[in-house]
Amino acid sequence: MNLQKLTKDKTYATTLAVLAAITIIIPGCNLIFPEDSALHFSAYTVSLVGKYLCFALLGLSLDLVWGYAGILVLGQGAFFALGGYAMGMYLMRRIGTRGVYGDPLLPDFMVFLNWQELPWYWLGFNHFGFAMLMVVLVPGVLAFAFGWLAFRSRVTGVYLSIITQALTYALLLAFFRNEMGFGGNNGLTDFKDILGFNIQSEAVRACLLMASGLILMAALVACYWLVNSKMGRVITAIRDQESRVRFLGYRVEMFKLWVFVFAAMLAGIAGALYVPQVGIINPSEFSPLNSLEIVIWVAVGGRGTLYGAIIGAVLVNFSKTVLTGLLPEIWLFSLGAIFVLVTVFLPDGIAGLWLRRKERAA
Amino acid sequence: MTESMHAEPGVEALHADSLVREGELDTRHGPILYLEDVSVSFDGFKALNRLSLYIDDGELRCLIGPNGAGKTTLMDVITGKTKPDTGSVFFGQTIDLLRLDEPAIAQAGICRKFQKPSVFDALTVFENLELALKADKSTWRTLLFRLNGVQQDRIDEVLQTIGLVEVKDRRAGILSHGQKQWLEIGMLLMQEPKVMLVDEPIAGMTHQEIERTAELLLSLQGKHSLVVVEHDMEFVRSIARTVTVLHEGSVLAQGSMDEVQNDPRVIQVYLGG
Repeated sequence: MNLQKLTKDKTYATTLAVLAAITIIIPGCNLIFPEDSALHFSAYTVSLVGKYLCFALLGLSLDLVWGYAGILVLGQGAFFALGGYAMGMYLMRRIGTRGVYGDPLLPDFMVFLNWQELPWYWLGFNHFGFAMLMVVLVPGVLAFAFGWLAFRSRVTGVYLSIITQALTYALLLAFFRNEMGFGGNNGLTDFKDILGFNIQSEAVRACLLMASGLILMAALVACYWLVNSKMGRVITAIRDQESRVRFLGYRVEMFKLWVFVFAAMLAGIAGALYVPQVGIINPSEFSPLNSLEIVIWVAVGGRGTLYGAIIGAVLVNFSKTVLTGLLPEIWLFSLGAIFVLVTVFLPDGIAGLWLRRKERAA
Repeated sequence: MTESMHAEPGVEALHADSLVREGELDTRHGPILYLEDVSVSFDGFKALNRLSLYIDDGELRCLIGPNGAGKTTLMDVITGKTKPDTGSVFFGQTIDLLRLDEPAIAQAGICRKFQKPSVFDALTVFENLELALKADKSTWRTLLFRLNGVQQDRIDEVLQTIGLVEVKDRRAGILSHGQKQWLEIGMLLMQEPKVMLVDEPIAGMTHQEIERTAELLLSLQGKHSLVVVEHDMEFVRSIARTVTVLHEGSVLAQGSMDEVQNDPRVIQVYLGG
């Protein structure tokens, strides 16, 4: 029922169509047309667009918890990074004897640290299926444990936001430590192949972009279905008047918990798609600044609309690519300026412009 | 929560003990709400002071009292928002409300209209009612919820009752104050509660709307037990059989409107100060 509505809803249908076009055309043209053709997209473009799609998925996950359930998570990047690390561990195990030290079992950084055996938590990550399970399970379980404690104790508002920020900062510090067994400062890198295919090859890059596009589209459909279900209306109600919802007989903390967990899993998937495309995962992904940037993407795009988060993530990251190329020093200032301008002049973001026009027409 | 309907007390009293199950509403002794010796204090201020109050099943009770008499605190205690320092609060004879939290109390059948109309502005009038609808309110069931014909009819019926049919697809945020009051009363009706706690229902209503509210509340007694807090004495007179006067956190007087208005202690509180 809801999905039929989706195809009739022009904005969402358009978003899906554009995503489908990107998913097919960019990798398609990259593979079909020779390099000197005008229709050829370079490998650089492919990996850049692939990255944007991962960020869009990450933004979408934040929009669900923040835009709809009203939980301003300032640590969404932590779930992204955990998903990324799970994928990175799989890719590390795939290196095998091709590493610098040629150890069949231990990744290079463990040999370098004189470790004799593989830590127990690295077991199983040589299987793709197991690693993919961990990509959603690890962020999901962390979000569940964190949310269970926080939401049941009725920690809300700015306090909750600060705790989520502390969570990602704590993980940042932990992952920096060599003893944690995740490569410390350097993180995980030098990946060779994924599912037996050379990770550097253009075909694999193109496939990764396609996978990112398809998963983003699937996630958009799933989120659309969720926010248009009765559950979506309950979480919107919780956002606006949390205590009133309790008096209607809903267990508010459970609703918040499941939306939070689902969003963390989506962020984990985004991280897992990101790592093979950029070729590295290190603790800086846990940096609180990253999580704040995600909030800005969603604010710029327009929260509580889903497609707004996708537009915002792509636009802000595109500006970042352009600006850090031209004038790297001014990027952070620009980001701050964008945020201030959007907050003052476009409180509903870019999607808000759209909605206002639609309302005026109606 | 199941609501067991009992036959005449005389017949069933014989087997009463074997039939009563914990957690099942039991009102055979008359009252549906028992508050005994309830005290609540905030930083030394006694909002409720050893208050005892009984509400009969199907009764419409009006609560009056000057500001700070403890009316809203009393509702907070019944609905689980505030835990009292001492005393006991029972729903029927078996359900200890002090052991339940807000959602559990709401699901057991005690619902509340707030003093300030609390509707969800971002949702439509219809969606507000759908949210309140008596149904399984667990996360999974809510995610998969589809409105069936009976429930659809029920919402339409309530829309008629509260006179908001025309605006059912408009956002609740654009309603007038009086309409929001009606919508919240509608949300109470959707929950099909045993007990309705109604805090200042007619604030911001026109004279005609007040009359309709009085009619509606009167039509609900018998099926539901109502506790109405109101300042408007004329309105209270038009609906109340029994009026309870609260003062400084305890019951000052109780009886018909005429009785309490002629009670010297009540006159003292309201006029003498």
